[in-house]
Amino acid sequence: MSDPALNVEGVSFRYGDRQALRDVTFAVQTGEIFGLLGPNGGGKTTLFRILSTTLPVQEGKATLAGHDVATSPDAVRSAIGVTFQSPSLDPKLTVGENLTYQGHLYGLTGTVLKQRSDELLRRLGLSDRRGDIAETLSGGLKRRVEIAKSLLHEPRILLLDEPSTGLDPGARHDLWRYLSELRKEAGVTVMVTTHLMEEAERCDRLGLLSQGELVAQGTPDELRASVGGDCITVQPSQPENNLATRIRERFNIEAQEIDGAVRVEREQGHELVRDLVAAFPDDVKSVAFGKPTLEDVFIQRTGHRFWDEETPDGV
Amino acid sequence: MPPCLCASVVKRAGLMSQHTPKMSLAVWSLTKRELVRFVRQRSRAIGAFLQPVIFWVLFGAGFSGSFSMQGTEGGPSYAEFFLPGIAAMIVMFTSIFSAISVIQDRNEGFLQGVLVSPVSRTSIVLGKLCGGTLLAVLQGLLFLGLAASLQFTGLVDHVEWNLSVTGVLGTVAFLALMGFGLCGLGYIFAWRLDSIQGFHAIMSVLLFPMWLLSGAFFPADGSGWLRWIIAINPLTYGVAGLRRVMASDVASVAQLPSMGVCIAVSVLFAIVCVAIDVRMTKKHRI
Repeated sequence: MSDPALNVEGVSFRYGDRQALRDVTFAVQTGEIFGLLGPNGGGKTTLFRILSTTLPVQEGKATLAGHDVATSPDAVRSAIGVTFQSPSLDPKLTVGENLTYQGHLYGLTGTVLKQRSDELLRRLGLSDRRGDIAETLSGGLKRRVEIAKSLLHEPRILLLDEPSTGLDPGARHDLWRYLSELRKEAGVTVMVTTHLMEEAERCDRLGLLSQGELVAQGTPDELRASVGGDCITVQPSQPENNLATRIRERFNIEAQEIDGAVRVEREQGHELVRDLVAAFPDDVKSVAFGKPTLEDVFIQRTGHRFWDEETPDGV
Repeated sequence: MPPCLCASVVKRAGLMSQHTPKMSLAVWSLTKRELVRFVRQRSRAIGAFLQPVIFWVLFGAGFSGSFSMQGTEGGPSYAEFFLPGIAAMIVMFTSIFSAISVIQDRNEGFLQGVLVSPVSRTSIVLGKLCGGTLLAVLQGLLFLGLAASLQFTGLVDHVEWNLSVTGVLGTVAFLALMGFGLCGLGYIFAWRLDSIQGFHAIMSVLLFPMWLLSGAFFPADGSGWLRWIIAINPLTYGVAGLRRVMASDVASVAQLPSMGVCIAVSVLFAIVCVAIDVRMTKKHRI
């Protein structure tokens, strides 16, 4: 197997006292779409900024297209296309002007630059927007210009931080189709961060980032399979009825307490649902039953709900 | 987005990634962007330009009777004395706007896109400073042109200055030198700040007094401590140089620092500021 397009080894990062990343290690192969899934504050953006050379590597090593971000940032910069979560267009310039100066920053000029801009604008459905001032565009259109901008110099690796921010479902769908086409036809490697489960489902492989740690990685199917069987979530009728402990004792199974609810993983879960309700008829308010989702994987690995981490300190 | 986005765009991917951007191209592109932005934000342009003009007219009229240069009988009117000072003020204001645009670039997100591109950090700084300097020179010259015609309206006293080729070229050179240094100085503060409000504080307590105490507003022959402040202010030498190249009567500028000192201090100041700017831009900002 060839060298990975993107390799992260033991990367840690701290802002003062706060540990934003802890010993993160993963590799992305050429032509792969790799998703970093995690709640906001989980460390995704910090990692993204390290890979896009805007934060220093404090500990560990990160290479993109064979270049170390710490020692040859310019080589990395030439090889990557970056789409930020927040806008990076000049709002006072037109769409065309934004692409032109972007091309200049990457050493593209003249006919080559003109052709590349025309082609990308056409393919992203922006041809009639060339003369529009960027700040007058809708959120979705701005996003498309951002993507056109990051693809202009034909990068080998695309880094996208929450690319669907501000996109309607249709545009989001188109974006993902475009990403898989890029991957398929040109072998472009894509690393994308997201906090959306449905977006994560579209990645070839995923890394789950929680409180700065990579708690799991694998294909979406592998991750779901790791949960095993079905997921049952029981809402107790009263908050303090020790339902989790009693379920554990009664059925001799592992039961996690999450936000007052009790969560159980089980093969043949439907049978357990029946037994549970029969065993504790008065203590159960409701039962949710389903095949494991990526959120279940997250809960299983971290012991808390995905959205619980949405605090600035990631606690 | 249209259905098929594949085809040739993507097939060439990677081929052009090795392009090394030329520094001149990047600097020119970033400079041009500053000019385009300036033109598109007209209120900013008008405000930065009109205020000094109003200052010149009002102070020129107000001090017209009471002002006299030490040691010169029947010397320049205050309007004439103040003319290079106002040109310096325009340069100062333009550089303040240039510095504010650094903060805007960061807040609007434009800066992050530039920072992940392979252009050298020096180009990023030079693009910003060249844009600001160019605007400063253009506005300074525009003001001088306007001043020349304003005196015929009777609003201001008669002014006279050196309009020979060397005089005009020297004026352009000193406006540019001051502009470059002041934009570089503004960048140092702006790079660390996240809010334009924060920069306003710097502007009032540092940059505006710097202009006030540069010999632009009143001659640098005050009491002891004031004299010292004026002497260590790098802008003093820019203003003095500008006075020297603009003076129609050499006797009126005889007390100012010599031309050599003016050029040396101004160039050194600009170099130091640019060096600090580049150093800061190279360092990651957390």
